[in-house]
Amino acid sequence: MGELRLIRGRVVVASDAVVRGTALVTDVALSLWGGLDPHTGEVIDRHHPWSGQLVTGRVLVLPHGRGSCSASGVLLEAIRAGMAPVAIVTTRVDPIVALGSILGDELYGMPVPVLVVDQTDAAGIAPGDRITVSLDGTISVERESEGVGDRVDA
Amino acid sequence: MPADLATTVRLTGDERAMLAGDAGEATRLAMRILVRLAPVYGATELLPVTRAHIDGCIYEGDAGLEFAERLADHGGAVRVPTSLNVVSLDRVRWQALGTPPAYAAKAERLAKAYLQMGCAPTFTCTPYQTAAAPSFGEQIAWSKSNAVAYANAVIGARTNRYGDYLDISCALTGRVPAAGLHLDEPRLGTVLVRLVGVPTTLTERDDFYPVLGYLLGGLVDDEVSVVEGLNAAPTSDNLKALAAAAATSGSVAHFHLVGITPEAPTLAAAFGGRQPVRTLTIGPGDLRRARASLTTVAAGAPLDVVALGSPHCSLAECRAIAALAAGRRAATGVEVFVTTSRAVWELLDRSGDLAILTTFGAVVTADTCIVVSPLVRPGARSLMTNSAKYAHYAPGIVGARAIFGSTADCIASAVAGRVKIEDGPWGN
Repeated sequence: MGELRLIRGRVVVASDAVVRGTALVTDVALSLWGGLDPHTGEVIDRHHPWSGQLVTGRVLVLPHGRGSCSASGVLLEAIRAGMAPVAIVTTRVDPIVALGSILGDELYGMPVPVLVVDQTDAAGIAPGDRITVSLDGTISVERESEGVGDRVDA
Repeated sequence: MPADLATTVRLTGDERAMLAGDAGEATRLAMRILVRLAPVYGATELLPVTRAHIDGCIYEGDAGLEFAERLADHGGAVRVPTSLNVVSLDRVRWQALGTPPAYAAKAERLAKAYLQMGCAPTFTCTPYQTAAAPSFGEQIAWSKSNAVAYANAVIGARTNRYGDYLDISCALTGRVPAAGLHLDEPRLGTVLVRLVGVPTTLTERDDFYPVLGYLLGGLVDDEVSVVEGLNAAPTSDNLKALAAAAATSGSVAHFHLVGITPEAPTLAAAFGGRQPVRTLTIGPGDLRRARASLTTVAAGAPLDVVALGSPHCSLAECRAIAALAAGRRAATGVEVFVTTSRAVWELLDRSGDLAILTTFGAVVTADTCIVVSPLVRPGARSLMTNSAKYAHYAPGIVGARAIFGSTADCIASAVAGRVKIEDGPWGN
């Protein structure tokens, strides 16, 4: 087991279970509409650093969403298709992302927990870190010792 | 949903009754979504609205369809007059337009679900150019980025950008979170944008406004900008193009044009007497660069598609296109689309303009547009448009490279079968 740190996140949309996943981290905002294929989970915004990555089962760490009013619909489609991330951590409250998750909860009983953290805390999360999100918003960040591969737990 | 969640938002008796299901299951679900989301917007209470506009009727996938049909099946009925945005098919001519039947069936089911809930069959992204337009100061729940920007900036009505499927939730409850652009202070300008050295030969052109909007959105994103120095008398269609372009390149929901838009009779009024947080200057060079960034095909290149009507062409715009197209024909192999509302389509049919456009070789569609319905033939490599919005989205959604030009350039290029652009005052 590697280094373990705790971050206090503010719960924007709650989950009914503790969730775990590997972190996907960027400091570039992402528009889900036109940026995420909800049926495959692939980031298709070719200008975004995550282009080609799969969000499915990951914990997304990003500043906020961007652009279209339809982003909430895209997150809902991803939830229905079973291709959604396990949690979304932003540094700015994004009502459209929160809306997509609330719809997932209301329609399918499958919310994606959405949390807001300080920018400095977000900067302390590295791609590949193993993240556990507790019900109260506590985020535990576990960094594997060097040489251990990226593994998705969720 | 935590049982005590309603306590974070102060609800009226009527609102509590909706949350308890007294107005039916659909309204209960809509109110739950609204009450859960209100705190995310920073609202501690809800606000009544007088009308709504729905963007969620565009077919994006089965979740959106299931949601709408569930609300309709549970007896959902809108509480306020509600207009519908474009849908993902021309409801009358989808077969002739080659829309795949399985796709058309789902798009039509989605439209029907919203109609069943009492929404009006407007099927346009320009509800502000129909009888569904709000008036100054009216509190409304509108979705669709260009319509939100136009309603706030040009009309002075009040709405935030409401995402899918919060829009129908607001319509079923007649409520919005009391936050953001519904309140006074967030409507005031924060960024001053000074236009300097822009000649009237440019501001008189129809292709000036989308370029200005596209530049503005990229500069200010979601801030409320105040544009000073636009010495012009823009039409509703000019302002429509400006608002749509600004809401494409940035998350623009509101802006002020000093001396033109209703909340900006003076610079001081637009800022509410406060100082700008920052000041930007736009000159002809910035506008030229923004215009150039919308085009990724060289002049003279072969042309596959010409698309006019994002946002939907008004009657005036359709008739201007017909005047340019009269007695001419688009070159073989060039697909020309004019996208508009059903109401305008029927007026064109009666006035004879539809026949002129059809003789030219244009396909005039109603209810939909080329970025929400598969209208453009696969394999099209170049698409010319007078819309900054189409030019921005065409590469990603249609897979074609874009060329931006004036309406006259678009028609001349359609006739020539290759890209022809008269730079006029845009040239150095």
